[in-house]
Amino acid sequence: MKHQTFFWFILPTALAMLLFIAMPIVSVVTQSVHTPHDAILEVVENCDPFGCKQETTVNVEATQALRDEKPLGKWVGLQVYLDRGHLAVNEVAIAWKESESIGDFFSELNNLPFYRAMGFTLTYTFTVTPLLIILGFIIAVAVNSLHKHLKGLVIFFSLLPMIVTPLIGSLILFWMVDSRGVVGSALQWLMSDPDLSLKASTTLTWITLIIYGIWHSAPFAFVVFYAGLQTLPTETLESARIDGASRWQQIRYVVIPHLMPLVTFVALIQLMDNFRVFEPVVGFSAEAHATSLSWIIFNDLGGDTQLLSSAATTSVLTIIGISILLSPVLVRTWRDFKEK
Amino acid sequence: MSSKANRTPAGLKLLTNGFIVIWLILAAFPFLWTFWGSFKVELDFFSIADWTSALTGDRTLITYGSAFTGAGYEGAWVQEEFWKAVINTAIVCVCVVCISLTLGTLGGYALSRSAYRYTFWILIIALIFRAMPPITLVSGYMLPFFEWNLWGVLPTTIVVLVAINQPFTLWMLHSFFQKIPKDLDESAKVDGCTQFQAFRYVIIPVMWPGVVTTGLFSFLLAYNDFAVTSMLLAKENQTMIPKIASFLGTTQTEGNVMFAVAAVVSATAPLFVLVMIFQKQIVGGLTAGAVKG
Repeated sequence: MKHQTFFWFILPTALAMLLFIAMPIVSVVTQSVHTPHDAILEVVENCDPFGCKQETTVNVEATQALRDEKPLGKWVGLQVYLDRGHLAVNEVAIAWKESESIGDFFSELNNLPFYRAMGFTLTYTFTVTPLLIILGFIIAVAVNSLHKHLKGLVIFFSLLPMIVTPLIGSLILFWMVDSRGVVGSALQWLMSDPDLSLKASTTLTWITLIIYGIWHSAPFAFVVFYAGLQTLPTETLESARIDGASRWQQIRYVVIPHLMPLVTFVALIQLMDNFRVFEPVVGFSAEAHATSLSWIIFNDLGGDTQLLSSAATTSVLTIIGISILLSPVLVRTWRDFKEK
Repeated sequence: MSSKANRTPAGLKLLTNGFIVIWLILAAFPFLWTFWGSFKVELDFFSIADWTSALTGDRTLITYGSAFTGAGYEGAWVQEEFWKAVINTAIVCVCVVCISLTLGTLGGYALSRSAYRYTFWILIIALIFRAMPPITLVSGYMLPFFEWNLWGVLPTTIVVLVAINQPFTLWMLHSFFQKIPKDLDESAKVDGCTQFQAFRYVIIPVMWPGVVTTGLFSFLLAYNDFAVTSMLLAKENQTMIPKIASFLGTTQTEGNVMFAVAAVVSATAPLFVLVMIFQKQIVGGLTAGAVKG
């Protein structure tokens, strides 16, 4: 295809991505190094029969004029990055100096909003991803051994947790595990603890969110692995059987190596997707015990006072995190491309 | 494979089948339970006294004289005007799917037919964009959209969703177009067609399976989005998902929880139908990317 034809074909989509993905990233970075203007103060002298007093008031007009003129705010450099709401350099330094043990240091860190969110986001990402791969694999192997007519039905129901809107899925589960909901009451009965509430404890909230994450994403792994199983080389399996391989050995030495490229694919995709965990925190109203990076941005943007520069700073930090997770994917794509 | 199935020991068979049953319950039961419960009053849905009343609907019987009530639905759809959100969602989804498919087919086709190195870099950039969490982009939109008075209306949201959708659409359609033999449009060009005519008369008639699959995923992205729609739409223009989230803010009074439950069931129903009709395409689409990689 000629360069010129290519250009006209690609232009609309390139323009859309440039304007609404590339530009916002630039905009986020710019916003993160600015803060809103301080109010302009002026000193007015009020005189009355009893004497004169100096009063400091906000000059509303001048402040508004300045804000209209430069809506971005004033340049502060990396100040927002280093403040208590984000990287909290001073607080971390103090915690490092004053805490007596590593555990003590981490519990200090846990009081800082950014590190708290980071802690949950990373824990969620790195527990959910391996577990959903294992669950997806087991479902795929089990479904593959089913009768043909049953497979379609099982696949239909298996797709539901993944297809359903994350917020809706988490709400449905949230109502069930509520201490008055069916699963919540069942757990109270099982543990014989009438006050048991999954919402009340941090550990239990985390476990609930992680279970939700696995429930939501396992179908994806299942479908991909199931498709992989359809292309399983029957001769290899056959010869392994003739050599006396047990069922477990067949899975271990034939099936798993065959699916390994798909496992990497699912793992890379899911690491990126789980890192942006957001809807479940809203759906489970879990913000008291578990916040994620995306949730912090959402929280800063919403509400009465929009903390745009704070949200922008967290966004930049999230993008940096995503790039670290993304780098293996890029390396892999680059390698594939070179091989071609 | 049948010979293998015949030799499966009974114990193993029981184990796998038992596992499947447990998984099916985990996957489907929450939806059935919520659907059933949405026709009850809150005291039955959250069965405080006895869990069986969620099944039999004792309190619902006392309040409404029947074990089922549409009160939750009436409250959500009529009183809270959920129908407006439904219409907004329909507008957003249809527009997003149509626009992003148009842009995506043109771009994806070009990428699959050009042999130059820059196609690789465009795809890599698209991959990076695909990894960006939408909420991080949203914080970039807020200030300019406020400044230019674009905030809060449906068209802005549609354009934003289309753009966020592009990287994925591009990748998917690119891999579909690569499966269509190049000789097809090459020979059309030999016969004197321009590139666009070749695309219009030769490629478009055969590309529909790929476009339908990609369209499904675009639809799901627009339908399921919460981050963009909740931040970029004014209260009166909300789509379903942010509307449901806003129900939750006012759940303290009795009955309101049931509004949210009814709304949740209403929003899940179209997805059920979608999976039922397009199960094959969804499975095919999910695996298309994987098998290639």
